[in-house]
Amino acid sequence: MAQGHAVKRYSGLMDWLTTVDHKKIGILYLIAGGFFFLVGGLEALLIRIQLWKPLNDFVSADTYNELITMHGTTMIFLAAMPMLFALMNAVVPLQIGARDVAFPFVNALGFWTFFFGAVLLNVSWFTSTGAPAAGWTAYAPLSGPAFSTGHGMDYYVLGLQIAGIGTLIGGINFLVTIINMRAPGMTFMRMPLFTWTSFITSALILFAFPALAVGLAALMFDRVFDANFFDPNNGGNAVLWEHIFWIFGHPEVYILILPAFGVISEVISTFSRKRLFGYSSMVFATILIGFLGFMVWAHHMFTTGLGPVANALFSIATMLIAVPTGIKIFNWIFTMWGGSIKFTSANLYAVGFIPTFVMGGVTGVMLAAAPADFQYHDTYFVVAHFHYVIVGGLILGIFSGLHYWWPKMFGRILNETLGKWTFWIFYIGFHLTFFIQHFLGLLGMPRRIWTYLDGLGFNEMNLISTIGAIMMGIGTIMFILNVVITNAKPQNAADDPWEDGRTLEWTIPSPPPEYNFKQTPLVRGYDAYWKEKMDGHKGMTPAEPIGSIHMPSPSILPFTMSLGLFITGFGLMYSRDWTFITEHIGFYVAGLGLLITFGSMFLRSVYDDHGFHIEPEELEDKGVKA
Amino acid sequence: MSTHSHAEGHLPHEPEKATLEGRNKVLGFWLFLGGETVLFGTLFSAFLALRHQVLDGPQPSELFKLSLVAAATAILLTSSLTSVFAIQALHNHNVKALINWLIVTVVLGLGFLGLEIYEFYHYVHEGHGFTTSAFSSSFYTLVGFHGAHVAFGIFWISSIIGQLMKKGLTVVTAPKVYVAGMYWHFIDVVWVFIFTVVYLMGKVV
Amino acid sequence: MNRWQFFKRLAPLLALMVLVLSACGRADLSALNPQGPVAQEQFGLMKLAFSIMVGVVVIVFALCLFVIIRFRRRRGDKSIPKQVEGSHKLEIIWTVIPIILLIILGVPTVQTVFNLSKDHSNDPDAVKVIVTSHQYWWEFEYPELGIKTAQELVIPKGKTITIEAKTADVLHSFWVPSLAGKIDTNPGGSTNKMFFSAPKEGVYLGKCAELCGPSHGLMDFKVKSVDDASFDRWAAALQAPVAMPSDPVVAAAFESKCLVCHAVGDKGGPLYPNLTGIGSRDSVGGILINTDDPKYSNEGSTYDNLHRWIENPDDIKPGNLMGQIDLTQQELDGIAKYLSELTLDYEQ
Repeated sequence: MAQGHAVKRYSGLMDWLTTVDHKKIGILYLIAGGFFFLVGGLEALLIRIQLWKPLNDFVSADTYNELITMHGTTMIFLAAMPMLFALMNAVVPLQIGARDVAFPFVNALGFWTFFFGAVLLNVSWFTSTGAPAAGWTAYAPLSGPAFSTGHGMDYYVLGLQIAGIGTLIGGINFLVTIINMRAPGMTFMRMPLFTWTSFITSALILFAFPALAVGLAALMFDRVFDANFFDPNNGGNAVLWEHIFWIFGHPEVYILILPAFGVISEVISTFSRKRLFGYSSMVFATILIGFLGFMVWAHHMFTTGLGPVANALFSIATMLIAVPTGIKIFNWIFTMWGGSIKFTSANLYAVGFIPTFVMGGVTGVMLAAAPADFQYHDTYFVVAHFHYVIVGGLILGIFSGLHYWWPKMFGRILNETLGKWTFWIFYIGFHLTFFIQHFLGLLGMPRRIWTYLDGLGFNEMNLISTIGAIMMGIGTIMFILNVVITNAKPQNAADDPWEDGRTLEWTIPSPPPEYNFKQTPLVRGYDAYWKEKMDGHKGMTPAEPIGSIHMPSPSILPFTMSLGLFITGFGLMYSRDWTFITEHIGFYVAGLGLLITFGSMFLRSVYDDHGFHIEPEELEDKGVKA
Repeated sequence: MSTHSHAEGHLPHEPEKATLEGRNKVLGFWLFLGGETVLFGTLFSAFLALRHQVLDGPQPSELFKLSLVAAATAILLTSSLTSVFAIQALHNHNVKALINWLIVTVVLGLGFLGLEIYEFYHYVHEGHGFTTSAFSSSFYTLVGFHGAHVAFGIFWISSIIGQLMKKGLTVVTAPKVYVAGMYWHFIDVVWVFIFTVVYLMGKVV
Repeated sequence: MNRWQFFKRLAPLLALMVLVLSACGRADLSALNPQGPVAQEQFGLMKLAFSIMVGVVVIVFALCLFVIIRFRRRRGDKSIPKQVEGSHKLEIIWTVIPIILLIILGVPTVQTVFNLSKDHSNDPDAVKVIVTSHQYWWEFEYPELGIKTAQELVIPKGKTITIEAKTADVLHSFWVPSLAGKIDTNPGGSTNKMFFSAPKEGVYLGKCAELCGPSHGLMDFKVKSVDDASFDRWAAALQAPVAMPSDPVVAAAFESKCLVCHAVGDKGGPLYPNLTGIGSRDSVGGILINTDDPKYSNEGSTYDNLHRWIENPDDIKPGNLMGQIDLTQQELDGIAKYLSELTLDYEQ
């Protein structure tokens, strides 16, 4: 056991590069995801500035297509997903009473692969051929080598491939964590809803991302190695890409929205001082949505020409999703019913979420009617719909979750006054931006257009939309301001800063010590902490005596493994261009990258991680400090 | 729960599941194989969608030599059996037999890989290159992904053999062996599908 | 305070919605102002779905509003509300009612799906058109009449038009909002079918609805519905021989620099838009609107528009394949003039 204490503990930058602590990884996800949220937001603002008046030439047509492609890709893969992973990392292990995740090393690896993939994708902005420009859906053959001749799409396929690996292994980590690491008494049907939705989301990631991996690999082979998957001139099939993309892409929508449902459930229940209404039907609805999410991908392809039978079936299947979603909406409203609702910033976002998401939901059902979709498809109506779901649903959910769990993550409560102002400006800006876009679409404005002609009746509505977007921008800046201001305040948040906490994360210090729980708690029912409070107890009953706690060692290997993949991506895409020293130098670079990755993997396998122990005496010390 | 509480020689019956880390690893790997199933499922779908787009290349019925493929199949199926023997040896705590069976598995895997490389080499000479047609691209991608999995498995199991020789059978090495065995079975199952969908159907239709 | 801000936010939006809905947009462009039976049927489904959804939204909003006002926490309130687990009765209600609503919407949806997928290509009265999309223009071929044109789909009013849609390069989508929903043009020899008709004479705006490159947003076309007699005259005029420019210098330049790609009458190449009758089209390049009374920067006389286009096509439609043609000022002026006078007289 002696060697356990010999493990090197890093500090400063090295601490962050080598950490395997899920709470620190959560913060890393938040910083990276937040950064890319700003990048994607900036892209959105440039798009809206280009569209504020007809026949504008603020950006060129090529740049515009790069902006829309990168905005979509960045927001989905590099902003929304990591911010969700930030919340999942920060909260899920605490909610199930676990000291750690199942695979701390893999968790770190997941973050670093996401990070390097994201950086690789965005490096494209600084290259001579620019960023990818075939849309975030990358429909072939436009995304193929014949029509996207620069390296932009190479950055897309390789960047997303690498980031996707990170997401996939992150998903597996959470599945195993939730299945195997629950505290005694924490049965599945006692798990908080955020943990449940994280669980289902992780399962969807597991079954959806490999399909994207294959699609991206095939497109990469087409582009780098002259394969013919999607090239119609050589027998390839462009519609095949649409199927592969959407069989991943539709579950992806639920991957994004389910954790937001979880956040809303927690926040509304806490700030209504009331148990979540219809808990078991909420769980059932989550599972059903996840399941149906795999059955409806072709509703993105109604105009592709799949025939009336397919269109009819996918119409009906899509409409069915409205039922479990409706159950959730009414359960939230009835959680508030009879409650004592406190409008903190977190709860404003959560309550604001409900009507907004309903609007996104009903337009979703409208879109599900295939013949009507022939009119809606690829217009601003669709743009409005999915922004209502993703911004009005997911982003409001994330903001709600961030305000709610900020004290748990950082030990400081975000400024409430500023938080409320931020909410109203962002919320009004959001509706101003996107509500009007429904009508733009119905009046005949297709999406993804660089500019529109004058005199078509689109001018005023586009101007309003742009003003709304600027308000959302201001709201986002105010949030960052709030973070900066809060960060300067003393770290003094109580264990249960909202005083109405119901779940296990509120039973431990804010921020929690690295081992989370000094003693693993014994869970006696749903809303474990609330139950103890109602029974007049101060805290949880421990399930074990105080003892030595085993912790995993930090490691730089996740970083180097991901760096290797980053180098491989570079080598592959420039394999044709780089001819210095020798032909195909790019392939050697790619090989070097793989060597670094597999070498690190080998080292990880050969050298056992014995970890280290925190002894009871140290626990007492830390207890005083916290 | 600590990895140190089981000294060597006092291994429980199923050492791969003796620790929480081990149980996590086994469950995580099952889930990973679920993802791999989707991966190969998508590759199969792409192949099925494109397999008639032969263009100027040779038809699959004239290209495939079933005797060669059948031999490769037999080798891989046998290696799956030997990996079962290895897991049995693991449960009997018989390190020597375990290492030997793993070596046999790796050798058989190498044999399979050799045959596959020869097969690809042969096809390219017949005018069935990676870029010939949509059929050829999807063929090489599907079968090649499987081949790459075999190659990775060979490296992986070899490294485990080295660790077993150095560290012996412990609650740390046992889950690795077990998980590698799962992986090897999975590759085998995928091959059965490839044999049916790619080769047999290629001969018939 | 919150509820007032809520109202303040909602009021202008509702006002705007009423305003927009009453207007329904331009008759030649809006999906809300259908001008043909196909768009009409789709609009019917949209109205049904919209009414149901407005009902849902109103109920949820009302419930929400009631709850957040009625059950907001009073200052200093430390009471613990009753912890309710759920209610089977309520949960059954909000499961069954949505299912009923979905059946009400689902049945007509399925009916319309099959209605609109009918194959009219064997209908002897139907006019068959093969639509081929290109980066960034539209080619319309009438196989029964043996004619081809570009950018302006002339159709006889009231007749069923059957479309076979395909592409010469990437994915595009053929969309005439006021007449019918869209259909993708798929590469690789697979054609998609649809049909529509325009009972009234007029010009309808068409658009490309699938991202196809930098000028995707500029890939507009027109559908021109005319009476039967005019249609026949148009089809005949399109096949008549066309005189070359009278000025020999212009004629030489036109033949050597334009006709290598474009066709005029029976001369020239078939690869790029057929220019026969370009002088009587409504626009140049689909977006420069021909008018003698220009109001916007994309409008001008036919001559001016042609001149502008030929001088620098990339400036009008970035990324188009025409590229800058090396012409002297005299050749440029002459060709623009010649083309602007290349009219087809078929409307009375």
